Amino acid sequence: MSLLDTLRTALSSLGSNKLRAALTLLGIVIGVSAVITLMAIGRGVQQSITENLQSLGTNLLFVRPGESSQGGVFGGQGSAGTLTLEDANALVDPLFAPSIGGVAPELRTSGQVVAGRNNTSTQIVGVTPEYEAVRNFPLSTGQFISLGQVESNAQVAVLGSSVAETLYGFRNPVGQPLRISGKQFQVVGVLESKGGGFFGSLDDQVLVPITTVYYRLGSQRTPQGGVSVSTINIHVPDVADMDQAIQEVATVLRLRHRIIRDDDFTITSQQDTLETLEQTTNTFVMFLGAIASISLLVGGIGIMNIMLVSVTERTREIGIRKAMGAKRRDILLQFVAEATFLSLSGGGIGVAFGWTLAWSMNGLTLLGGQATRTAPSLDVAILALAVSAAIGLFFGIYPAMRAASLHPIDALRYE
Amino acid sequence: MIQLDNVSKVYQMGNVEVPALQGVTLSIEQGEMVAIMGASGSGKSTMMNILGCLDVPTSGSYRFNGADVGQLKDDRLAEIRNQDIGFVFQSYNLLPRISALANVEIPLLYGNSRNRRNRAMAALERVGLGDRIKHRPTELSGGQQQRVGIARALVKDPTLLLADEPTGNLDSQSSADIVGILIELNHQEGLTVVIITHEPHIAASTRRIVSMRDGLIIEDRATSEKTPGQAAVLGERPRP
Repeated sequence: MSLLDTLRTALSSLGSNKLRAALTLLGIVIGVSAVITLMAIGRGVQQSITENLQSLGTNLLFVRPGESSQGGVFGGQGSAGTLTLEDANALVDPLFAPSIGGVAPELRTSGQVVAGRNNTSTQIVGVTPEYEAVRNFPLSTGQFISLGQVESNAQVAVLGSSVAETLYGFRNPVGQPLRISGKQFQVVGVLESKGGGFFGSLDDQVLVPITTVYYRLGSQRTPQGGVSVSTINIHVPDVADMDQAIQEVATVLRLRHRIIRDDDFTITSQQDTLETLEQTTNTFVMFLGAIASISLLVGGIGIMNIMLVSVTERTREIGIRKAMGAKRRDILLQFVAEATFLSLSGGGIGVAFGWTLAWSMNGLTLLGGQATRTAPSLDVAILALAVSAAIGLFFGIYPAMRAASLHPIDALRYE
Repeated sequence: MIQLDNVSKVYQMGNVEVPALQGVTLSIEQGEMVAIMGASGSGKSTMMNILGCLDVPTSGSYRFNGADVGQLKDDRLAEIRNQDIGFVFQSYNLLPRISALANVEIPLLYGNSRNRRNRAMAALERVGLGDRIKHRPTELSGGQQQRVGIARALVKDPTLLLADEPTGNLDSQSSADIVGILIELNHQEGLTVVIITHEPHIAASTRRIVSMRDGLIIEDRATSEKTPGQAAVLGERPRP
């Protein structure tokens, strides 16, 4: 029997019980659309996380102080005040560190910010003028912190957009007075909105000169006596130079800190963070897919169930076909074709349905939270189709084998 | 053409062995028309299954067109059924959901035959049903359904036509029509026809009657060329 005839026979058999075929199909449709939709949501979350991180710039290196261990008390990474402003300045060295572009040290603390009757508790980030370019923080109004302001420990602040909105509403904050941890400041600029990050909003912070944080807002002093920094942000113009840049930074800092064995700093690249994060979110997406696959499996069992019923119902037909010269293979193929057709068309409809669902959910705001983002993808669709075809084969083969192994006489006699 | 040599068949029913045939020796030549008679339980259905290559003997040998059927694989038996044997059943055994034409096409499906539609149409015309090809079996009378059954048996031009109680479900007029068709196929085209029946007047219209009881052949006799019964059947049949 030719493949075309097998398919035609299978189709006409399915067509003779349309409601049953449709209901069986539905199981696969639901399974596949669940896989498509959930994976699209997972991928959407993954993409927005990744993009969020990429908006900070992928060619960044972060140098943080290492672990401290003083008097038997062990502090975690970043607890030691071993990095200073001088270290940061030393990295701007075209001779020892040619791969490095901009260097922007920062010193973080948190504090209460008050303007008139409004107040908010936020991150206070001590920065230098380079911070604007290195971390890619364009201003929406006003000016960034200048070198002069850093040198004079000036009490000026650049506000993140959400802080500006909280404190001043729609008024222009530039030139307005501001109190940070009880000290009088003046607003000189407002940053453009960067959108919500997954590690605290980038709009919810206040930038002030780094020296101001150190001398006026109170922070730990370094053993070396210089202004301590919590992170040195380094911009590497060419991503290909990343490894080279890491080596250069390490060399310069080891020389300055006279280190022979254990480094008192750690260097991480944005790329590292991105990769770690992608691994984590991949697990999350796979988890969603696995949950959805369960419903696909249930749909497959539904197919098997219906095929078994169908084999019993059509025992006589099988007997007739065998008497007319159908071989084992012919009967086997006919039933497998029916099961596969059911699952594959269910898969097709499921892909279309799931895709539409994912697409219509994109940008929808659910539960008053962030806008849902979905990313339906072709590879998932193709995979879902292939899996549903495989399910038809897998769950169709047992009933088909039962049909094919029926003895013609028993089958003909079956009432 | 058909050579049964001391054939026996034992069915296993749970722990009990039921002998259905107990050493049957029979030969049927090309072009014969034979009736196999017997009460129910006489083994005639088992005989039909073995003759039709639907089952193989437990012991003894069955040679069909020279091939030892007992030694053949299932797929080869299927091929023989497809190419050399046409079955006509008491309950027609048509597939209810497809048209008469599609039913007749079924044996052609399994032999990868070309020109299926035309061959099926020709077979239906041979049994006088050329005008009802689009009807489903449920829309046809018993006699018409059995004609579709015969057309299906004929469509591959078999060498042997096996009819198992072909008139068992029919009124006497339709019975006469069906038997008339079988006789005509035998007389005019030389098709070997084996009819299994328990109706004496149908058996009488063949040339040879094999009677069975308890899995054994008890009588094997020739009828006269033109028995009164046969003449009556032929006479009653409206000629197209």
